[in-house]
Amino acid sequence: MEAVYEKYFRDNLPHIWCPGCGNGIVMSALARALDKLGYPQDDILLVSGIGCSSRMSGYMDLNTVHTAHGRALAFATGAKVCEPRLKTFVVMGDGDAAAIGGNHFIHACRRNIDMTAIVINNSIYGMTGGQFSPLTPTGKRATTAPYGSIDRAFNLVDLAKGAGATYVARGDVFHAAQLTNLLVEASRHKGFAVVEAVATCPISFGRYNNIPEPADMLFWLRDNTVTVQQAAKMSDEELTDKIIIGKHFETEAVEYCEEMARLLADKQADNEKAGDENEV
Amino acid sequence: MTEIKNKHVQLMQGNEACALGAIKAGASFFGGYPITPSTEIAEYIAREFPKLGRYFMQMEDEIASIGAMIGASMVGHKAFTATSGPGFSLMQELIGYAAVAEIPLVIIDVMRFGPSTGLPTMPQSGDIMQARWGTHGDHSIIALSPSSVQEAYYTTIRAFNLAEQYRTPVVVLLDEKIGHLREGFDISQDLEPEIINRADFVDKAATSAGGGKYLPFANTPSGVPPFVPLGQGERYHFTGLTHNQAGFYTADAEQVATFMHRLCHKIEDHVNEIAEVEQLDCAGADCVIIAYGAVARSAQEAMVELQSQGYKVGLLRLKTIWPFPAEQIREICADKKLVVMPEMNMGQLAVEAKAALIGSGVPFHSITQVNGRLIAPAPIMQAVIEQMAEHSVKQGGGR
Repeated sequence: MEAVYEKYFRDNLPHIWCPGCGNGIVMSALARALDKLGYPQDDILLVSGIGCSSRMSGYMDLNTVHTAHGRALAFATGAKVCEPRLKTFVVMGDGDAAAIGGNHFIHACRRNIDMTAIVINNSIYGMTGGQFSPLTPTGKRATTAPYGSIDRAFNLVDLAKGAGATYVARGDVFHAAQLTNLLVEASRHKGFAVVEAVATCPISFGRYNNIPEPADMLFWLRDNTVTVQQAAKMSDEELTDKIIIGKHFETEAVEYCEEMARLLADKQADNEKAGDENEV
Repeated sequence: MTEIKNKHVQLMQGNEACALGAIKAGASFFGGYPITPSTEIAEYIAREFPKLGRYFMQMEDEIASIGAMIGASMVGHKAFTATSGPGFSLMQELIGYAAVAEIPLVIIDVMRFGPSTGLPTMPQSGDIMQARWGTHGDHSIIALSPSSVQEAYYTTIRAFNLAEQYRTPVVVLLDEKIGHLREGFDISQDLEPEIINRADFVDKAATSAGGGKYLPFANTPSGVPPFVPLGQGERYHFTGLTHNQAGFYTADAEQVATFMHRLCHKIEDHVNEIAEVEQLDCAGADCVIIAYGAVARSAQEAMVELQSQGYKVGLLRLKTIWPFPAEQIREICADKKLVVMPEMNMGQLAVEAKAALIGSGVPFHSITQVNGRLIAPAPIMQAVIEQMAEHSVKQGGGR
């Protein structure tokens, strides 16, 4: 893998992330993906929410916006509609995207607006010290689920697909090269693309769930991930607790900014015509 | 509607006048969510914006609405929304974001009776303090309050101008009565209103203050840093975290304090330029009625009737609510014998007006009404007459 750090990172590192955190792996995957995509940095918009992962916007040398908790997609939608030329990436955490920002998430999927939503899923609220999120698997422990979570978890892939996203993939921080490729593919896709990046949080998740060592968390990912292709040949029982990685879904649908442009062109033409008639 | 000048007088609704004002001001993004009694604004914009090549979006809720507005404004568009109490409440967190990230925005809040769902189709000046202190933390804000349909048009234009000039969210506090009022509207003989754009404040000298590097939150003498929209070649960072001049997080005590003071002072230090009041017969009056919004119309009627009965009464109408024109009020009212202030709430702004008169010795009487109805002239007249008697001000008498 090529080192592209100097080009895409600001000079305000080091970052705030804990030792063993997966966020840096996702950030480097994004940097490599941007390098492959070759967009001018001035034309890239990176919007993030609030949480550990969302600090990424401060580190990358792009047009960056660190928004409010859960609201990254709302900010990005307004910016993208007004400036469709901006290649837009939105980085959120699992609580950020699926809990407080859940409404914005499903509606961004529904609109099919052309941007790449990266949901870094470490199964926990890390910045506040380890509370369970809507993506924490049932039974896993957290500071607010000391006896194991009784909540059912979202399957973000199914949620995104059901809500209307036109590209849905899941990667993880053990398979960093694949994650890079998924991000490239997601960005090239015309429409709303969701990439769930399953990440490690040894401090706030692993520690409460008997995997406190960073390396062990990565091995846990290695041992519990199966590709979409492998999963197709496996039974539901075999797939219990497995994380299915790869491209899950891609389809074509009308993209929001293009539809907006069409509406504006039509109505402006009608307006000019009406104006000409009034003059006569 | 765009050829409005040829039509001279037309019957127009307050909400429509706001929409028309926004179009005139150059608004190019609307993000909103339907809510009574503001919905006519969204409907008007949904119809007119596409014809003008501008963006109307109906969002999933009010939080998304203001989020999208902030995004649109960051990349250089004049963004606005229309809402009412419950929706305005949902927007509060991001109003704080817009204050801290210094994002120009216009929020037209057509105030309805609250709290909660309240009386959705009935008026109350219920959001006076929500507009000022609805979000957490110290910040300043601009809020304007028109009293007629025609004024709603010019107030909206002014709101956009002030938002750009001071890099701040601006709230237009329209009460339901003005929002839904239909009255004559004729701007055909008026001068073209001034339209202020963001680029008016960006010059090379200002942007290169940081040694060739653009500082999006520079400590400029005016307190307002020039705003180069995101995506136009200056790659910089926005955050709701307390930030340094370059826009990055800082917890340094001195930098935090400098930032906070600039954020408040950039507006509060310019109160005399921002805050507009209108005086009717205040000079020589014994009693001044202070009013704003639709209530000012009743107050004016009461003033005229009282004058015909021989009372020396004037009206001080607040066209700007925040920043509060305390100094102007003190100057106008300090030598009076009585000040009364009718409001369609439990006296939200009376607290400020009373504070402005502390030490002047002028008796201050707050008239409140919270029954979902516009205050009529009669109770204002009655209060003035009773209070004048109580404070021994003779009818038509001098000092």
